[in-house]
Amino acid sequence: MSETSIPVTQAVKFNIQVGDELTQNVKPLLHEIKHALDNLIETGHSSIIDLRSIPLAPGEEDKILSTLGQGEVLAKLNALGLSEIIETQYAGVWLVTHYNDENTIISRFIEVTTMPEILCSQTEDIMKAYSSLSLDLAENQETN
Amino acid sequence: MTEKTNNKGKSPADFNQRESIQSESAQFDKTLGETLRSQGISRRSFLKFCAATASMMAMSPAMIPKIAHALENARRPSVIWLSFQECTGCTESLTRAHTATIESLIFDSISLDYHHTLQAAAGHAAEEAREAAMKENFGQYLLVVDGSIPMDNPGYSTIAGISNYDMLMETAKGAAAIIAVGTCATYGGIPHANPNPTGAVSVGDLIKDKPIINVPGCPPIPVVITGVLTHFLTFGSIPELDHIGRPKVFYGQSIHDRCYRRPFYDKGLFAETFDDEGARKGWCLYKLGCKGPTTYNACATTKWNDGTSFPIEAGHPCLGCSEPDFWDGGGFYKALSMPTENIAQTAIYAAAGAAAAGVALGALNRNKKNNAVATHDKTTIDDLEK
Repeated sequence: MSETSIPVTQAVKFNIQVGDELTQNVKPLLHEIKHALDNLIETGHSSIIDLRSIPLAPGEEDKILSTLGQGEVLAKLNALGLSEIIETQYAGVWLVTHYNDENTIISRFIEVTTMPEILCSQTEDIMKAYSSLSLDLAENQETN
Repeated sequence: MTEKTNNKGKSPADFNQRESIQSESAQFDKTLGETLRSQGISRRSFLKFCAATASMMAMSPAMIPKIAHALENARRPSVIWLSFQECTGCTESLTRAHTATIESLIFDSISLDYHHTLQAAAGHAAEEAREAAMKENFGQYLLVVDGSIPMDNPGYSTIAGISNYDMLMETAKGAAAIIAVGTCATYGGIPHANPNPTGAVSVGDLIKDKPIINVPGCPPIPVVITGVLTHFLTFGSIPELDHIGRPKVFYGQSIHDRCYRRPFYDKGLFAETFDDEGARKGWCLYKLGCKGPTTYNACATTKWNDGTSFPIEAGHPCLGCSEPDFWDGGGFYKALSMPTENIAQTAIYAAAGAAAAGVALGALNRNKKNNAVATHDKTTIDDLEK
């Protein structure tokens, strides 16, 4: 994983050694991802894990992210602040990180799916796009 | 939501006024979806907002589509915010919330009609705004209260010449629900601490016929405040509450159970002073007076200051600020109770009995806390230098 390409929460180094597996939640979480991947293969059902819902010691989230690594896809959204959608080195396992306008992480999910929903064009936006394009073309026609 | 009876004697279902609240206000309010679209916010942005909301409310990510659907059709409720005997820390907490985008969206979806700290109007003009909001939205508005109410002498705290008690009782009449924000409003807080010179009481001590959601903390975590507002907006009902009126989604687990230092407790590794080897290694702060085992709040996972940290992560024991009478709990630096044997060894010998041991220790802790409250133990210099 390139540290410059995946922003991670800066570990707070008060009196904790970064890298210590204090909560021992790293391995169970990685196994949960493996089971979700198996479920995706067998049933096609997607899974989402909210990283904020798990008590992680400083450095543990970084450890999870570095284990998952980075794969072939890196997408950025500009929607109410930045969002980064990264396919990890394990195809079907995505890391979705949402930031606010101040570039603070507001939520981070691991999605086990073929395509995170937020990457897909939304029906309402497509309808609005159709109206806008139609209007633009009509205006161009009048101008010409 | 389960049909649990809350501490006010009514089932939350009794107060599920989504349809009445939201349909009756339709004549003057757009839905949140319409509001956002009129501001040029895309559906994709809205989905991002919903994902962050689900995370904030500690809900399963599987709820994101349901939240999106509900919020899309939610209408702006009128909110009246009353501040009584308080330090404004709760409002500071909320307005300094780090997820600015999310909070601003939530505030876009409510109509904050009265908040005497934030509003421009003052004096009689401000009171007229409150009265107008009450009249226009009678039976539908949300009432948010921070601060305790003095019952000894009304003169201890008045607003525009109106006593806190009178203003609360008058405003509560037309409220659909009341959110008591901060430990002062929920349980009396610091004004209620011995010897309680103002006769401070909580909102729940006075109001018995309305649903009350207690959001304690000194101050509460900002996203917990907005999370409760969002829950009301999303589902049109109050969230499931625990036995002292707190939303279980945020207050359902103890700080101790969600603390990343918990494994050290289980191994019997404790910091004995603030500068010993255990403190430097980040061991459990139980012996330094941590109230995590008897405190229910979301600090350990939601954290503070841009999600940076929380008191225990900074090396300080939990004070238990979201619990009733935390100020009289026997000293911030006195341990609740000491484990009587090697916990790690106990766990090895009797794994099956560990849960029972935990329950017993919890009961012992609560008993010690209650005794401390009764005798009004004080924190001494020696405690601080321990």
